[in-house]
Amino acid sequence: MIPAQFDYVAPTSVDEALAALAERGDDAKVIAGGQSLLPVLRMRLNAPEVVIDIGRIDALRGIRDDGDAIVIGATTTHAEVGASSLVYDNAALVTKAVEHLADAQIRHRGTFGGALAHADPAGDLGAPALALGAQFVIAGTGGTRTVGADEFFVDLFETAIGDGELLTEVRIPKHTGWGAHYEKFVRVAHQWPIVAVAATVKADGGTISEARVGLTNMGSTPLRATAVEQALVGQPATEDAVRQAAAAAAEGTNPPSDLNGDRDYRRHLATVLTRRAVLAAAGG
Amino acid sequence: MTATEERAATAEIGRDRRRKEDQRLITGRTRWTDNITLPGMLHLAMVRSPFAHATIRSIDTSAARTSANVVTVLTGADIADDQGVIINAWPITKDQVSPTHLPMPSDRATFAGEIVAVVVARSAAEARDAAELVDVDYEELPAAVDLKESAADTVLAHPDLGTNKSALWTFDSGEAGTGGDVEETIDKARSDGIVIEREYRQQRLIPAFMEPRSTVVDPTGEQITMWSATQIPHVLRFALAATTGVPESKIRVVAPDVGGGFGGKLQTTPEEFITFAVARRLGKPVKYTETRSESLVACHHGRDQWQKLTLAAEKDGTVTGLKVELLADLGSYNALLGGGTPVLGAFMFNAIYKFQAYHFSVQTVLTNKTWTDAYRGAGRPEATFAIERIMDELAAELGVDPLEIRERNWIKHDEFPYTTVCGLEYDSGNYEAATERAKEMIGYDELRAEQKQRRESGDRVQLGIGVSTFTEMCGLAPSRVLGSLDYGAGGWEHASVRMLATGKVELVTGVSPHGQGHETAFSQIVADRLGVPFEDVEVLHGDTQVAHKGMDTYGSRSLVIGGEAVVKAADRVIEKARPIAAHLLEASVDDLDFAGGRFSVRGTDQGLTIQEVALATFAAHNYPEGIEPYIDAEATYDPINFNFPHGTHLCAMEVDTETGAVRMRKYVCCDDIGNIINPLIVAGQVHGGVTQGIAQALFEEAVYDDAGTLVSGSLVDYLVPTAADLISFDIDHTTSPSLTNTLGTKGVGEAGTIASTPAVVNAIVDAVRHLGVNDIQMPCTPERVWKAVQGVGAGGDDPTAGAAMPHFDEQEGGAQ
Repeated sequence: MIPAQFDYVAPTSVDEALAALAERGDDAKVIAGGQSLLPVLRMRLNAPEVVIDIGRIDALRGIRDDGDAIVIGATTTHAEVGASSLVYDNAALVTKAVEHLADAQIRHRGTFGGALAHADPAGDLGAPALALGAQFVIAGTGGTRTVGADEFFVDLFETAIGDGELLTEVRIPKHTGWGAHYEKFVRVAHQWPIVAVAATVKADGGTISEARVGLTNMGSTPLRATAVEQALVGQPATEDAVRQAAAAAAEGTNPPSDLNGDRDYRRHLATVLTRRAVLAAAGG
Repeated sequence: MTATEERAATAEIGRDRRRKEDQRLITGRTRWTDNITLPGMLHLAMVRSPFAHATIRSIDTSAARTSANVVTVLTGADIADDQGVIINAWPITKDQVSPTHLPMPSDRATFAGEIVAVVVARSAAEARDAAELVDVDYEELPAAVDLKESAADTVLAHPDLGTNKSALWTFDSGEAGTGGDVEETIDKARSDGIVIEREYRQQRLIPAFMEPRSTVVDPTGEQITMWSATQIPHVLRFALAATTGVPESKIRVVAPDVGGGFGGKLQTTPEEFITFAVARRLGKPVKYTETRSESLVACHHGRDQWQKLTLAAEKDGTVTGLKVELLADLGSYNALLGGGTPVLGAFMFNAIYKFQAYHFSVQTVLTNKTWTDAYRGAGRPEATFAIERIMDELAAELGVDPLEIRERNWIKHDEFPYTTVCGLEYDSGNYEAATERAKEMIGYDELRAEQKQRRESGDRVQLGIGVSTFTEMCGLAPSRVLGSLDYGAGGWEHASVRMLATGKVELVTGVSPHGQGHETAFSQIVADRLGVPFEDVEVLHGDTQVAHKGMDTYGSRSLVIGGEAVVKAADRVIEKARPIAAHLLEASVDDLDFAGGRFSVRGTDQGLTIQEVALATFAAHNYPEGIEPYIDAEATYDPINFNFPHGTHLCAMEVDTETGAVRMRKYVCCDDIGNIINPLIVAGQVHGGVTQGIAQALFEEAVYDDAGTLVSGSLVDYLVPTAADLISFDIDHTTSPSLTNTLGTKGVGEAGTIASTPAVVNAIVDAVRHLGVNDIQMPCTPERVWKAVQGVGAGGDDPTAGAAMPHFDEQEGGAQ
């Protein structure tokens, strides 16, 4: 498979990248790890005139502690995120989701920011980011702005990143001490999840005091199961209690039907997987 | 002497030699067709119809012609006179209805993916760019997509033929005199026995070999040379010569290293014929290599049948009659074997059981989909699946263990040779021994106890044990039998052994390996036969200039037929060397023994190795009068019978009744494949074969939408399992040597695939049978299993619906 011809630009700073974006505008595509863009180019589903490779911008890569949040640079690879104890200690849900994301080769090429910017509702990072209340730092020629996860995901493959803008880093509020689990349902290991549930809970003495639940592939964007989250507060982390709360997991969702299952089956899966994810997160 | 003893101690046959071809195959530093680059070579890109059925009103190639570095753009009309015809080698009935299959039609596209124009450019990228500029004006026609609807002629795949029904092929044991009247057995069973009627779906599959197909043609020599990623270089040369008018002697076909086929490269393809035509037209070397997307849509597909079975049995479960009615989807043409693929299953539905009466019919049906043909097992997986599934149903009806019902009906080990209700003679086997060993390996009784316990406690996770006691017929095939079935060729195989001056040995074989390990296994046979070191044997194949005679590789034939030709050729070398050795040793021929590679004079320490005789023959300074100084030899072997491997495969599956997810807990198999040449290669074939059968049971399906577009057109949606999705299988063997070849071998290339599919599905159904389930359609997706558990029918007609996942379909948005 051979992509159509394109120009290739490899800026070494965010300003250079933004300048290139401003110059080439609609004809440009940004590439980081290339794990989503390259298949698109090779299958000729898209033929941008220029590809701007942000992989050489050192400032976009790395993980740091920033007080009440950890900050993950946009081009940090999944493998780096998965291996980070800083991430695991403070946002274990991210670690759990990254663990089974695609396969080892993709995890060593694909980037954290790239996957989120691609905004595939079946991607593994959207639901955890949403559940943890991640903040997305977006740079433009006029400066940077920060968008909350609830506003970042707009629609299928569509985010709050505007024309000429670049996602530079993702700030994840610390959830130190919270239990976490990512329950992913697939037919083969290398597949996108049919449905997945990202759950992180704070439990004191077997009672859930706070819970965050994100759903993967249950609509055109990652979704939060807020009804479940509310129902869980004050509940014991037992099978029965969690089952009752999880029954509301499919509320307000609009899952797709595809070769792997129809929407009703996905709604059913969401409730089962939510129960399992929450119980696992609570250590049950 | 000691040398002899050492040789015997290190017999090559039976040794787990690492494969000598693997280093070059695995690293890719070898002659894959796409690695071949010739001076001045041009590249092709194909323009394919996006519609399943459409009239081609006109094709505007002007924009493509002016694209950078484009040499020419050709349509079907442009090459009409010299493109040849894609042949169907097996018209299964005299009145088979079959459309003419041109490599590139000019008037009408008959499936989504059919080639309507070809672009020739200086680079593959430029050819691809220009292909997008070819403007085809199509008028879409109604497409025949669904198999059952197409069989009813509701929409015609080829309106000019007036029907979609291509051929109705039948076998009846009463008419053939090989058994009774099946209707009588069914009538009797209806009144005082048991009748089980079931309908099973064999979904459409894609061979999905690793190396996409590629063809290079060099027309600049006296012979036109074609390199192609094919299983059948000899058949390909014949087909090119027979339909293009180029004399066979002017065509050389080379299958260099070929990266897998599974039957998918048992075809002569439009791509090969078009590449051939373009090279001849331009007088320049050209190359075409398909993309993975093209491979999935245009390589022939496999299976795709509806199977209706009626089984008659006595009250005690003794089977009496079996009636099989198949509908088989041909796709838009009768491909090379075409309707012959289901016919290859016709003699296997009775399997290892002693039926009194049998009736088989297959109606082949034309549709507007990719054509179907052989895919690993070719006809026998379908047969084995259906009979092994319905034997479980009979066991359930009687409330007995599925192994018990099989034992009651199978051929006992002391009943061989056994002539079946189809008239086939099974030469050897021992179903009792293989089953006993498999039961022991899986811990059958313990698993049944656990199953009972899980059922009683209403466990969320239920356990099922699946059984498949398969046999198959392979080693295609006795030429006289093929002739009686109207197949267009014979089933013999050829080999020659060339003794080089330095003592090295070249074995030329007419089979054409594409990953099986022939170079290693055949070297072992020759090394043992001639008593030369394994390393001294070179196996040559796949080039019609080197291996001038051959019937190629498919149908688990290479060892049992090709290997027998090797044995006969090697034995002739020894016989030709004997008088020369006797002459050199100044002894009588009758006083020579040959063992361990050495002719020795009985009762003395005098002797000569066969390699020394080879050197002496090359020098030709001293040899007996009246014979030629030549010890090379060849042999053509035509088998006297098919070859019948068998085995017992047992599979334990856990079913999560809450989600429908299934998990393989254990898989064991005990296969009887006769004597084993190389246990490591056999293990590879069994593991790979079992995996491919499991893939049909659980994962793979080529799904078309109502318009006839292949929805599962990428490996995102066509789910080929990887090691991460499977467990390690436990394999073992019992040994009942075949009586029809010298080495006592049986085929193993397809056995695992044939056996495993019903074992897996039987296990899943067994896990949830107590919940009212008696069938789940393949692939057994979690959704289907869950629906079955919920009481929503998931057996029978439950087509896979829905679109592909849109992960890459992003025109907007910000991939980064």
